[in-house]
Order: sequence, then structure tokens, then C-alpha cells
Amino acid sequence: MSDAPRMPDECGVPDAMGFMHPLLKKNYGNWDWHDRPRPGVLHHVAKNGDEVWTVKAGTQRQMDVYTIRKLCDIADQMAGGHVRFTTRSNIEFMVDSADKVDPLIERLEGEGFPVGGTGNSVSMISHTQGWLHCDIPGTDASGVVKSLMDLIYHDFKHEEMPNRVKVTTSCCQINCGGQGDIAINIQHTKPPMINHDLVSNMCERPAVVARCPVAAIRPALVNGKPTLEVDEKKCVCCGACFPPCPPMQINDPVHSKIAIWVGGKHSSTRTKPSFHKLVAAGLPNNAPRWPEAADVVMRILKAYKDGGRPWERMSEWIDRIGWPKFFEVTGLPFTKFHIDDWRGARRSLNASAHVHL
Amino acid sequence: MATNKPDTPLLDQLEDGPWPSFVTGLKRLADSEDKPYANMMKSLLGQLEHSYETRKGYWKGGTAGVIGYGAGVIPRFSEVASKFPESKEFHTLRIMPPAGMHYDTGTLRKFCDIWEEHGSGLIAFHGQSGDIMFQGCDTDNIQPAFDKMNEMGFDMGGAGAGVRTSMSCVGSARCEQSCYDEAKAMRMVINALLDDMHRPSLPYKFKAKFSGCSNDCVNATHRSDFAVIGTWADDMKVNQEKIKEKVAELGRKGFNDQVVNMCPTRALSLNDDDTLDVDNESCVRCMHCINVCTKALSVGDKKGVTILVGGKRTLKIGDLMGTVVVPFHKMEDEDDYDWLVEMAENALEFFADNALEHERMGEMIERIGLVEFLDGLDIEVDPNMISHPRTSSYVRMDTWDEEAEKWAARKGSAAAE
Repeated sequence: MSDAPRMPDECGVPDAMGFMHPLLKKNYGNWDWHDRPRPGVLHHVAKNGDEVWTVKAGTQRQMDVYTIRKLCDIADQMAGGHVRFTTRSNIEFMVDSADKVDPLIERLEGEGFPVGGTGNSVSMISHTQGWLHCDIPGTDASGVVKSLMDLIYHDFKHEEMPNRVKVTTSCCQINCGGQGDIAINIQHTKPPMINHDLVSNMCERPAVVARCPVAAIRPALVNGKPTLEVDEKKCVCCGACFPPCPPMQINDPVHSKIAIWVGGKHSSTRTKPSFHKLVAAGLPNNAPRWPEAADVVMRILKAYKDGGRPWERMSEWIDRIGWPKFFEVTGLPFTKFHIDDWRGARRSLNASAHVHL
Repeated sequence: MATNKPDTPLLDQLEDGPWPSFVTGLKRLADSEDKPYANMMKSLLGQLEHSYETRKGYWKGGTAGVIGYGAGVIPRFSEVASKFPESKEFHTLRIMPPAGMHYDTGTLRKFCDIWEEHGSGLIAFHGQSGDIMFQGCDTDNIQPAFDKMNEMGFDMGGAGAGVRTSMSCVGSARCEQSCYDEAKAMRMVINALLDDMHRPSLPYKFKAKFSGCSNDCVNATHRSDFAVIGTWADDMKVNQEKIKEKVAELGRKGFNDQVVNMCPTRALSLNDDDTLDVDNESCVRCMHCINVCTKALSVGDKKGVTILVGGKRTLKIGDLMGTVVVPFHKMEDEDDYDWLVEMAENALEFFADNALEHERMGEMIERIGLVEFLDGLDIEVDPNMISHPRTSSYVRMDTWDEEAEKWAARKGSAAAE
């Protein structure tokens, strides 16, 4: 049967050994120590004395084939034809001697790829798909990231922060960008606008009712058609109903705002991992450069850079100085909306006589 | 008919500034008149500019895929196709990268060639899901594009209510802090679960992630239902001569401020002769001192993993961190890796059998209680699973004596070994 369809080869995750830089492969599991000779460069030494220098550069993540081929040319000519990417979309080139580092940096920067993102720098912002490709986005994460990285550029290339800073952006409250020392996320402020003519054809209504975290959605009849309605007093504007039911439009050019969160931390290093906390909201979704959101982020970064002690992550710095001081040094308003009322909220209240005065 | 390149005054503003611009890349693709995607990308630029003008998105989902698989293609159909017809279909293929995201340039160039022929020329390394995101493909080109990548040895990633594409840190490939073979573990676990990735029918998504130590560079604790984190069971290694050098470098105050006093369990103390006193029984393997003193301190020899389950983001009960269900299991020989695969399979099976629709692992555990989950997987309770014992007295304890005897028996058999 020559015209039978090709069935997939269910090969799964490829074996990395076939793609790995020869020095990494040779010393797999046998590394001894590392240091950072300069920002953007890691130096790893194997137990047998082999050394490898890694040069890390920022990219735009959403890359055209011309950019990828340019990076391949650089790797072929200067780094043995191998690269790896990090979880934050930085690209890493490995070289086998120290004298290959500076020419590689010069070439990368000459081609427009900033070298940095190591140690106590601000790394590339992890982000989501946005208006470019997502079906439910409130903003365009790629644009927010480009705008912010232009401003953060110096702190990507230099290690001048108390500790590493991981920034994330997300185009809705599902927050695919994840926890961050600083997170820049859409926050909806009005209930969904419902197109009642489309609901019964496009939405599995019981599933949508079940999706609502505050039980604010109920079946209804409008103009004789089965549809859904929202108890607008109960609605928390989370947008969870929108993905399974596109006629429940949550995005709004004016009322979908930007909120800023701080203190998320994934690692178990020193303190246990922590979630980011709301510090600013109501910022306009002001494409194409988002100056109001950028101003708040830069203010927070400056306060942390000025006040943090070596190795303190954002959350640890705030734990030490206290939230009153945080709002003071950043100049951000503290409001009733900062006090949590979701499940487990009492655990976020100050059950002690510890006060910062 | 040639499509005109649209005016994009808003997007143009994202070409200024020192950081690499994705807009410049999109425009270059739109200008590639000799390529099949030029018109598609002109149309895409028009739609994106329209989004920037109106501050709304215009993609909707639908159905698109490849033969034999039920997931991995993210279908996108334009809601404004009448204005921007050439990009009316703009689907994404999620392709799983090698563990650790290592590439040779030959592979990357082949990907570029395939995506020039069948797609838009736009590729993300990588999506937040961990996939290579081949973005922008019409419906007819999905199958031929996938076939070519599949013939290169690459497979489709996860989407929807199934096992998702995984991530592992650089780990053993280039990090002395690595406590197990992350790439091997990731590959073995995920490849054992491929049926639930390619033919998804779980209550909701299931993510597994693999970090070599508690620095957790792939954010496994929070961003996965099944997090495997490297650790060690014996003493960490101390090179006292290198400690002295570090003390000389930072000064005593600096060393105390940056190393000793930042230890979360007060397990460190600087001796009068500038050597380091380590209370290994109190150490929780947090990695801080090892991060600061990369030449003087290193992980122990008895390496293994801690497993946490239930991490997830907001929807719908709020964020959850993964929590410990296996405090330590050694990772030395093949049996240990087989054990890890079995543990992941058991966790997935319990989730598939017991979670409600659209409920994640962590939400299920919150609903039924951790002990039910442990019973289901035949895991014994351990004080490392909690921050502190219960504070509420509202609980039935009919079988207290039996449970206390079990603990005594476990302690007795451990002492006998």
C-alpha cells in the first residue's frame, strides 16, 4: 500500500549525547568546580583538568531563520558548531580555551546579541506568546519584554544586583511566564462581555460553569436561546471562563490592566521557594512600549539594587526590610487590594507583634 | 498576487533600542519575496499591528494535527482573516528538544530549512512549555513539516490534558553540583509516558521536570506536577585550604555575612583558624554555601533525588508548590532509574484514576489529603513531608496504636540494617 499514510515514529525525547559539545560529553558527570571570569562567561573545570568556557548571550526568543542561521555561523566559526539554550531563551556557546572568549564576545555583540545573564545580573525575561500567537492574550509579552530588556540592558550585561533577578511576563492571569522576582502580568478588572448569540453553539456550558473558581456563572436563557450569565458581584474577573468559551470575552483595551508582582523564587536555596506577591496594579496596557509598567519595574529594580545585601533574592531583601519599607523605598501605594482574601489568606496576615516602625 | 507589506507604525517602535528585536525578524521574513512565507508574514505583521492598535488578540483555537497523534499541534485560526487573509491559518508545532537543550548547528540549520519550506520561518527556542515552537504553518503543511522533523529523530511534544514536554537542567553535562543524571532520568521517564502525551485522555495536564540540585534551574518545584530534584545523603565535601582562601578573599565579616549567617539551618560556623565547621545533620542541602564557595565546598558522594508532587499555577484554587513525597532515593545504578520511572508511572496512574476533570495533581491532593495519595502509591509517611505536624485536633485517630507500631517497626528494621 504505497498510499498508506505515514505513521509517526514515536521516538520521544532525543538522546542529548548526539547533540552535545564534545567537551561536555567527554566530561559528563565529572565536573569539579566553576567560576565566572566576567559577566556573561562561565568557566567550568573537570576532575581531569579539562576546562570549558561558556559565553551566554541574549536573544529575542521569537527568532526568524536568518537570526538562527547567524547564530549557527558564529557557532561554526568560533565555538565548534555546538550551542545550547537556557530556560530563559539565552543561547550558550562553549569554547575550549580562554583566548577564544573575547573574540567570541566581540563577534556576538557586534552582531547585536548582548553577552550577559550570568550570576547576579538581570537575566532575559521569560515570557508567553501574546498577541502574536495565543488565543486568549490580554497583551503582547514579546513587546513588553523587548521594551523592558532595552531598559534593563545594562543590568543584563553587568553583575551588579544583590543576587540573580528573574523577571517574567504573562498575557493573562494563568501566568504561563511563571513566578518571578518581578512578574508583569495582565490583571482584568471587569467581568466578561458575553455574546449570547454564540454561547450555545461554541461552549460546553456545564464545563464552563464548573471552571469558575467563585461559582459566579450559571445557565440562562436570553432571547429564547440557552446561554450563560455571570453574577457580576461575585465575579473576580480572572478570565478562566474565556478559554473554554470564547464568547465570554474577558479582554478589554481599557479595563485589562497590568499588575506587578514581586518576590517569586523557584529555588530552595537558603529560603524555601516562594510565590510572588502583588505590589502594583491598575497600570495601562500601553502598547507598544508600556512606559507606566516599565517605570514601576525599574523603580523596584533600583530599590533592590540599592538596598539588597549580597546573595539576598528580592523576596529575602523584602523579608529583611519589611513591607512598610518596601512601599516606602519604591514609592508605590499600599491599598486594601494588597490584603489577600483568597483561601488561606489568614496565613498572609501578620500574626505577631513584629512591626516595622 | 503580491501582498503589500502593511504599515506598522506601532511595531516599528519596537525596533529601536539595544535588545534584539523580534519585530525586525518578522519584517525580514515578510521581505523575503523569494520565499513561500513572505505573504503570510506580511499578513501576520498586519494582524499584529491591528492587535497593537486595538489592544486585543485575534486568534482562536480549533482542530489541527498529524496522523497518529491527538496532541502537539496548537491550532490557530484568525478571527480577522478577511483583513489579513494570508495568515488565516497560523498553527504551531511543539517539538521536544534533546534533554538539556543541546544542539549542533547542522540540526538547527535543518530545522530552518524545513520551516522555510513549510512554515513561516519563525521559531522560538524555546516556549515556556520547554518545546521548540515552530510557529506559523497552514493546515496543509503541518503533516509534511512534522514528517521531516520526525525523520530527523524528533518527536511531537505535549498539549492539552496529557503528559507535557519536560525540561531538565544542564546538569551532569556541565555542572559539578549535579546529583544525578538528569538527562537520562528525564528521557527515561518521559519516553515511558509517551502514550499519555500523544493520545491525551487525562483529567488535565501532567508535567514532570528534572533539576540536579535544589537550585532548581528548571523551576521544577513550582512548575511541575512531578518534580525530581537532586540531593545527597552523606556529608558535603569541604576543602579547608580553599575555605581559608575564600575567607581571605571575602574577609571574616564578609564570609560570615555571605556564607555562615545565610545558612537556613545554622549548620555552619567559622572556626578560629578560618576553617569551616559543618553540622551535616542539620544541613538541608539548600546549596547556598556551595554556590558561594564553588572551589571549597561540593555535594556529597551518596547522591540521589528528592521527589515533590503537586506544583502548579493559579487556576483554579491558587498557586501550589510541589511538596515532598520521597525525601531521598539513591540514584546509582539502573535499578534506581527504573524505580524512578515506576514512581512516575504510579503517580500518573493514580492521578488519572482519582483526579476530577480539569483538576491538577496538587488540587487533587488538597481535596483528598496527602495520606490518601501516599497510600495509593504505597509510600510510607515521613516527617520530611511536612513543615510541622498538624495543629488542628479535629481528626479521627482510631488506629493510632497501629500506626505508632508501624513507625516503631520501621525504626527497628532500619536500626538492624
